[in-house]
Amino acid sequence: MVKRFGPVTAVDGLTLTAGARQVTAILGPNGAGKTTTIEVCEGYRKADAGTVRVLGLDPVRDTAALRPRVGVMLQSGGIPPAVPAGEYLKTLSRFHVKPHDPAWLLDIVGLSGSAKTPYKRLSGGQQQRLSLAAAVIGRPELVFLDEPTAGMDPQARHATWDLISALRGDGVGVILSTHYMEEAEQLADHVIIIDHGRAVAAGSPSELTGSAGQLRFRAEPALDTDSLLSALPPGSAAKESPAGHYLIEVDGGVIQPALLAAVTAWCADRSVLPSSVRIESRTLEDVFLELTGRDLRA
Amino acid sequence: MTEVLENKFQPAPGAAPLRRMVGAQAALETRQLLRNGEQLTLTLIIPLLLLAAFSLEPLISFGGGYTRIDFLTPGVIALAIMSTAFTSQAIATGFERRYGVLKRLGATPLSRTGLIAAKTLTVIGVELLQAIIIVGVAAALGWSPDASPAAIVVVPLLILLGTAAFSGFALLLAGTLRAEATLAAANLIYVVLLGVGGVVFSLDKFPVGARSFLQALPTGALSTGLRDVLANGIAFPVRDVLTLAVWAVISITLAARYFRWE
Repeated sequence: MVKRFGPVTAVDGLTLTAGARQVTAILGPNGAGKTTTIEVCEGYRKADAGTVRVLGLDPVRDTAALRPRVGVMLQSGGIPPAVPAGEYLKTLSRFHVKPHDPAWLLDIVGLSGSAKTPYKRLSGGQQQRLSLAAAVIGRPELVFLDEPTAGMDPQARHATWDLISALRGDGVGVILSTHYMEEAEQLADHVIIIDHGRAVAAGSPSELTGSAGQLRFRAEPALDTDSLLSALPPGSAAKESPAGHYLIEVDGGVIQPALLAAVTAWCADRSVLPSSVRIESRTLEDVFLELTGRDLRA
Repeated sequence: MTEVLENKFQPAPGAAPLRRMVGAQAALETRQLLRNGEQLTLTLIIPLLLLAAFSLEPLISFGGGYTRIDFLTPGVIALAIMSTAFTSQAIATGFERRYGVLKRLGATPLSRTGLIAAKTLTVIGVELLQAIIIVGVAAALGWSPDASPAAIVVVPLLILLGTAAFSGFALLLAGTLRAEATLAAANLIYVVLLGVGGVVFSLDKFPVGARSFLQALPTGALSTGLRDVLANGIAFPVRDVLTLAVWAVISITLAARYFRWE
């Protein structure tokens, strides 16, 4: 898929597949093309090149057939500011044949006490939750959630994760974009990392993070990492950052028992007693930063 | 929470019948309008104040052998139609566009045609309410229309054509300008046409050239047409009906061509 806005190419030859009845997370820095990708799938914008199919339908040509089946949560706004939460949800429910009970759904997203509160007087997190409820009111087969937990406190975020898990459990497909690595790791069956409008990695969270790939230990500062490196198998990397925190990574991302033995032997030779030694996998955040770099985005 | 939510979200999608969707949306929009103080000021309070003030106080003479209330009532009805179909609708739609409300509605089963139908119903519903109140107040102030029986058809026709023309311009403004610019322009046009649209000041007071121009504007045509039917006993004001019909075609064509949903 390709989508340009004037001279700017927002999505640059992206290919992605989101499985039915699965949670697919689209990760990427600001400006990577996440929202554009989702909005093309929602039928808001027409791709300049490529083919897009949602539930087997063309989102621009087949909107009338697609819209009842798809729930949408925009990144922000979309709800009339003066309309009370309950009234808004009730109105949307009248657009569908077998909607959820608006009062029940309002309770599920923790807004039953705010049913009479106009949208503009809800907190940011409450507005997000109302928007989420609006996306699922019509019992859709597929929902698009553009940064669903942005601006939520931890309680609301976990409640939202529960709701997304429940959707998936009942066979609703979920496509969400997010900045939160933890969210993608917790929820997603499939993760796509995009940057500059292209997919730079895709797979399940465990495929992306790999198995145990890092050895970290803490000891006295300013140990000679060059000497440490010479004691390790070729292809290893060692660094101290910050002072007293040592990180060893290996090619292929799998720490072998021999590496641990080599590190402890090297320490023993120098009468160094590490205060902690941990072997762990990389987080999705490590993978993300490695693939997209550490530069701040506009 | 997860236990509670098991087996609650099995998909069962489907669009409701169009009539139900349009009804729900129109009800929401009508409640929004009636709750909004600024909109109510435009659509009800200003017309009623003008009706009362100008009919009770001999501030100006209208000429033409009318009583003040007989002259004013058709003009105030024209103003009320303009305030609802044009000013209020332009402002509301402009802000809906700005807040992404139109965009979000685009993702629901309610089609654009359905949304336009809901807005039309809302405008006509509010106009009926305005008509009842204005006619009631005018009657209390001694209004006695001098109309032919045809008025029962011709007045609604004039109002419908005027509503169509004003709505087209409302959507043209709201769909092309920023919300703040729409707000400013819609209010400015309202005030100017209140002055030169034949609402409270007779167009006969203007020089001949200006008079033809002002009567060719939608507000001038509507107020003149209504006054011809309700105060002069004319059965069918051909020129004003045609003028409004032409404006309706022009404004709706332009709106359909240039309206931007986002």
